[in-house]
Amino acid sequence: MSLSLEQSPTTGDEVITNYTINFGPQHPAAHGVLRMVMELDGEIIERIDPHVGLLHRGTEKLIEHKTYLQALPYFDRLDYCSPLGMEHSYVLAVEKLLNVEVPLRAQYLRVLFAELTRICNHMLNLGSHVMDVGAMTPNLWLFEIREDCLNFFERASGARMHAAWFRPGGVHQDVPEKLLVDIGEWIDSRLFPLFEDAMSLVVDNRIFKQRNVDIALVSRKDALAWGFSGPMIRAAGIPWDLRKSQPYDVYDRMEFDIPVGTNSDCYDRFMVRVEEVRQSARIMKQCLAQMPQGPVMTTDRKVAPPKRGEMKQSMESLIHHFKLYTEGFHVPAGEVYVATESPKGEFGVYLVSDGSNKPYRCKIRPTAFSHLQAMDFMSKGHMLPDATAILGAIDVVFGECDR
Amino acid sequence: MTVLHPAPRYASFEGVLDEVVASLGDMVVASRDEHGEIVINVVRDRIEDALRKLRDEHQFQQLMDIAGADYPNRLERFDVVYCLLSVTRNLRLIVKVTTDEATPVPTATTLWPNAGWYEREVYDMFGVLFAGNTDLRRILTDYGFQGHPFRKDFPLTGYVELRYSEEDKRVVYEPVQLAQDLRQFDFMSPWEGADYVLPGDEKAVTPPPASAPVATAPVTGGPAKVDTPKTTDKPADTGAGEPANKDAAKPVAEAAAPAVAKTGEPAAPEPTESRPARKPRAKKVTDTDGAAEPAAEKSKRTRTKKTEGEGE
Repeated sequence: MSLSLEQSPTTGDEVITNYTINFGPQHPAAHGVLRMVMELDGEIIERIDPHVGLLHRGTEKLIEHKTYLQALPYFDRLDYCSPLGMEHSYVLAVEKLLNVEVPLRAQYLRVLFAELTRICNHMLNLGSHVMDVGAMTPNLWLFEIREDCLNFFERASGARMHAAWFRPGGVHQDVPEKLLVDIGEWIDSRLFPLFEDAMSLVVDNRIFKQRNVDIALVSRKDALAWGFSGPMIRAAGIPWDLRKSQPYDVYDRMEFDIPVGTNSDCYDRFMVRVEEVRQSARIMKQCLAQMPQGPVMTTDRKVAPPKRGEMKQSMESLIHHFKLYTEGFHVPAGEVYVATESPKGEFGVYLVSDGSNKPYRCKIRPTAFSHLQAMDFMSKGHMLPDATAILGAIDVVFGECDR
Repeated sequence: MTVLHPAPRYASFEGVLDEVVASLGDMVVASRDEHGEIVINVVRDRIEDALRKLRDEHQFQQLMDIAGADYPNRLERFDVVYCLLSVTRNLRLIVKVTTDEATPVPTATTLWPNAGWYEREVYDMFGVLFAGNTDLRRILTDYGFQGHPFRKDFPLTGYVELRYSEEDKRVVYEPVQLAQDLRQFDFMSPWEGADYVLPGDEKAVTPPPASAPVATAPVTGGPAKVDTPKTTDKPADTGAGEPANKDAAKPVAEAAAPAVAKTGEPAAPEPTESRPARKPRAKKVTDTDGAAEPAAEKSKRTRTKKTEGEGE
């Protein structure tokens, strides 16, 4: 034989070469537009080169050309599975530069809806992860809960997905009292029964465990080195949660536990998310119990617009309204990096202001970037079908990864 | 400054800045503690040593992000910003270096494996080179993309657009053609330091003699200080081509007007059926037909009218 061929451990007498296949960009288990160039030895993955950027829209550049308020809706469109989680980092970054006080009710509302977003996000991820490894039913059941969540977003903001409801200085509008009552009832009467029902099909399922246990083991050291965050780092056994360690809004008043994995495999990542849903519900109940009355937007008129009724009476208010919606507010020069615990992990915004009404630079730190980068080392030596399980456990959404 | 905002609260920064600056020694160019962030500027060539020291001796275990930023007025226009996190001390730190288009920055992939993609992104978006990164390919832009889109001198519209060509049966790239100019509204108040002439003002005042060019900003340190405020882009700045529909800009009046004049009758809308019928006029009124017509035609018209009248 003139060709020098690699000896393959899997094929015995036959000698075959490694071959390369394309996974995606149009693949139902790629969770969007991900293209992975895989080098396979038989069915064993030797190397994965993920090609991202197929959904790159230049969000960061667009934000530089918008005022601070106009830039906000772009964040909904990053991770479209957890829109309010994305907004949270941005409004906190702007507030940190402005050093503006946010009313307590607004902080409670933000935490309440951030946790609702987490549930909404995990419903999609848990369902699709289960579907990636072969089960159909739980996904459909979980979508019922997700639909409820989207209805709550609609009742609060008017939009099912792209809410643009968190604003620098608070939230855009107060919620009706009935909505809070309904959310409280929904947790007990709908969320828990439906969720536990769906999970009872999966968590002890033999096939599901065979597909996930001991797949993509990541040591604590690797998890730190690869910049893991969120459920990925917690599954590796590191109890790191920004809501607990670096509390923002009213998370320091909440009582909740951080689930931690023991084995750091895909099954642990799944189970960490399952427990997070229960903890989120716990936080939401506390929010509902403690939520005070009061304004939902800062009264600093240089940041937040006045009420419409006020505008009919006061010239000053009219001027403020006009200036805020044309010129927008000015943010003091400086730079901050603010990260929150989005449902997928640490979602950060590095915001540079030059003192004008538009951000000078807004770098978005996506959670998926470092997780997906570790795809190569996590899936080395695993079988081809394991790649979908690993990808499902990463919880990647390309709106956020590619920006 | 009292902290009013509800942004994430870490462990106390007390003494951290001094500790880190003392440890890094002459690698530090500038450092400050502003807006609740510790920012340290480091000598470019020694960034790897500085990061290694921060990771191994100061427990900043995680590299969360590498951001690029472009300040075109500076001598070394780019900032490369490393956002570090310590999970044991619960602290964040921002480390920055500056560079220009040609000078490479030492890679951080030797310290953190996830620096690879972040450096690729900064290279892709800004064109900053990283010495030692073995896989410095583009990452977010299209295959075969040219230019570095997040530079401040790269237009928002880009230079090319793509479409599926039915003739070629493939996707083709063409220069950007905007049907309408990209509009950039500038809402900065002209009373607050806008240093451009408002449209119309140039007629009122004679321009003062051109002042000497402003000295370039210092190379290092400087937070976000920008000399030129944002102004409205001219069509040339946007990189946009000619408007696609040139006819749209032409005034329509020229083409349509003669046709109307020839008919003579003004095109009034048809009366609706519910309109009550008017009573017929009692007296004959004087003819005012020609009143709205141009002078030349009017005189002709009246003359012909007169001759008709004479005939009666």
